[in-house]
Amino acid sequence: MPRHKEFVDRIAHAPNRRGFLRTLAAAAATLGGRRLSAGVPVPVPLNVKTQGKSRVVIARDAGLRGSGSSVDSGRLVKLLDRAMQSFCGCDSPLEAWTRLVRPGEVVGLKVNCLAGRGASTSVQLVELISERLQQAGIKDIVIWDRLNSDLESAGFRLGSKQRGIRYIGNDSAGYEEQLSIYGSAGSLVSKTLTRTCDAVINLPVLKDHGIAGVTLALKNAFGAIHNPNKYHLSVGDPYIADVNMLPPIRQKTRLTICDGTTAQYEGGPSYMPQWSWPFNGLLVAQDPVALDFVGWKLIEDERARRGMKSLEALGRKPSYIATAADARHRLGSNDPSLIERMEV
Amino acid sequence: MGKDWVQYEDGRNACCDSLPRMASAELSAVKPGVLPGGLAGLSLSRRKFLEAAALPCLASCAFAPAARGAGFPASPPAAEKDSRFIVEAKFYEKLPYRKIKCKLCPRECVIDDRERGYCGVRENRGGKYYSLVHSRVCTAHVDPIEKKPLFHFRPGTLAFSVATAGCNVNCKMCQNWEISQVRPEQVPSNYLPPRDLAALARQYDCVSIAYTYSEPVIFYEYVQDGAEAGRANGVRNVIITGGYIQQEPLKEWCKAVDAIKVDLKAFSEKFYKEVVNGELKPVLETLVTIREQGTWTEIVYLVIPTLNDGDQEFRALAKWVKSNLGPDVPVHFTRFHPEYLLTNLPPTPIESLERAKGIADAEGLHYVYIGNVPGHPAESTYCPRCRRVIIERLGYIIKQTHMKKGRCGYCQQVIPGVWA
Ligand code: SF4
Repeated sequence: MPRHKEFVDRIAHAPNRRGFLRTLAAAAATLGGRRLSAGVPVPVPLNVKTQGKSRVVIARDAGLRGSGSSVDSGRLVKLLDRAMQSFCGCDSPLEAWTRLVRPGEVVGLKVNCLAGRGASTSVQLVELISERLQQAGIKDIVIWDRLNSDLESAGFRLGSKQRGIRYIGNDSAGYEEQLSIYGSAGSLVSKTLTRTCDAVINLPVLKDHGIAGVTLALKNAFGAIHNPNKYHLSVGDPYIADVNMLPPIRQKTRLTICDGTTAQYEGGPSYMPQWSWPFNGLLVAQDPVALDFVGWKLIEDERARRGMKSLEALGRKPSYIATAADARHRLGSNDPSLIERMEV
Repeated sequence: MGKDWVQYEDGRNACCDSLPRMASAELSAVKPGVLPGGLAGLSLSRRKFLEAAALPCLASCAFAPAARGAGFPASPPAAEKDSRFIVEAKFYEKLPYRKIKCKLCPRECVIDDRERGYCGVRENRGGKYYSLVHSRVCTAHVDPIEKKPLFHFRPGTLAFSVATAGCNVNCKMCQNWEISQVRPEQVPSNYLPPRDLAALARQYDCVSIAYTYSEPVIFYEYVQDGAEAGRANGVRNVIITGGYIQQEPLKEWCKAVDAIKVDLKAFSEKFYKEVVNGELKPVLETLVTIREQGTWTEIVYLVIPTLNDGDQEFRALAKWVKSNLGPDVPVHFTRFHPEYLLTNLPPTPIESLERAKGIADAEGLHYVYIGNVPGHPAESTYCPRCRRVIIERLGYIIKQTHMKKGRCGYCQQVIPGVWA
């Protein structure tokens, strides 16, 4: 590890209110540490809403694994394309991706790798997303999570030379020097998010979590801060919602694609093969709350199908999802009547 | 009472022992002329500090990594996976599916494989639980024992003070959050095994080793081994802690060390829940156990405007101390300064500290101090019988003592503490 590369330059003061506002203003004026030159339009958010509803696409392919146990790449790319086209209402995958990102941007793929192979974002899926991004004109893709070792244990080859693709653990990039504060959350945010990436695509896994109930779009933001261990109290509520309010996380996340090729209904976040099932699907949404709400229900359905108690009965109902939707946070919608659940 | 209190430039919260922003020996340079003559007894140490700074190993230890604007140590940070720092945890229970339950502090984290506990320094690896911070020292200083503060423990001596990263609570007013609220790999550290710790303490003329700054509970195994090495080398050991620990490990501590200072952060569960992310009850149990075990203890109570500064709370605290620990346990009411997540409150008015002291005195506590207000008369120790000053302090300086063999030099009253 390069000397002092990680965190050692964080001689940080908790900012006073004025300092904090100054920081916010600076953050707002700067994207990815580089000011956008005048005239370069900031990409328009997809803003996919149908009659005021948040769209959540659930794309599935029962034949995703062919006759074997591993995912067929050819079918996975078709599944990804179908999911993206349905979400954006486009005729071609390229059109969907070009609505999401603009050439010249540095796009981060926030994977979830803590559990190692089996219950982490699949390398295959990340490769296909990277390919599509490159076709959409993205020349700099950053695949990132908390630790280089986590990325490696999930199967990403950090040493491999792939054009336009970088792998960065927060342990090598370091964290901002100033605390970002919202509600119960006071954290240093990863420099990969604040300085390197212009936009982030959030790539969580569809799975159960022993403390928070489920770990999906909202919980994956814990990989962007220095102190996630402090926020696992009381089912992560309100911590998970508060962390998602931190400006860099809120402002830079463009889309969530939840990896449900292999999902897990119990025993998470560690990989527990006995509680995994081939969901053979992807969830796509811009509204992280709606995605979490839908994903949570999918996990509950699977638990019920197998005769297991609900998460609520076990004292780990993911109440942070409702908190994220409340009037203070307004991170999205957990009201089924305001979610367009689109199964394709 | 005059209002010309000596102000430290860094005005830190003396709740947990504050991490100096400069080497302790340099404190005499703060506001020249206000602390006449510098920090008594530390001139030798100061020289040794400067010598030490020239040595590759100690340079990083002699100055706080968190010293703002000071830059970071010259020696490289320890490798993240350095196996020298990793020892199996002493108190945990194995659960099915490679999970574990930590039994070190009352939080009792249940942790999945590859995950860490709330403190961030203990990790489940394949169903076994490990401390990642044994001998992984992220800060080391030579401090006066008065800075801990321990006022009835070898006054005027030096404590070789060490910490690792991590903490099992998350106080919103933490002054040392740059080391306490981070993971060990997020702060540069040095390998300082117990035998070297003890040797350094001796080399720097320290009577004791202080485990402090962050939270010694979470580097428990290192404290135990350091204390054993210290004792074997004739060095005492003191712990500065929030007291959020289970009874079994606590009792082992009591046997291993010579004094435990407890930061009692408030006298209400509400405060502990909302500001500390902990609980009051186990901390009170800690205090009772320390007394029962016969280990010297003192209490620090950081008075925070509007949050824990009510008369009723002060009175309830004083009554509890008197009836559960006795009137001889020193209580230090110290001044808050805005830090970390509590930057919206002003520093504690001196009047609040004096009000707290007045209430505790009236309830019959014998040794009630005011801290973090250098020059205040309530920094000094008064004989509870003849009321004369028996240890006169100015900041961390002992100006004069009138004690003989643990007794008041004027009236022979026994003064509790560790004096020799
Ligand atoms: S010592 Fe750490 S891991 Fe153990 S219970 Fe306390 S916070 Fe959790």
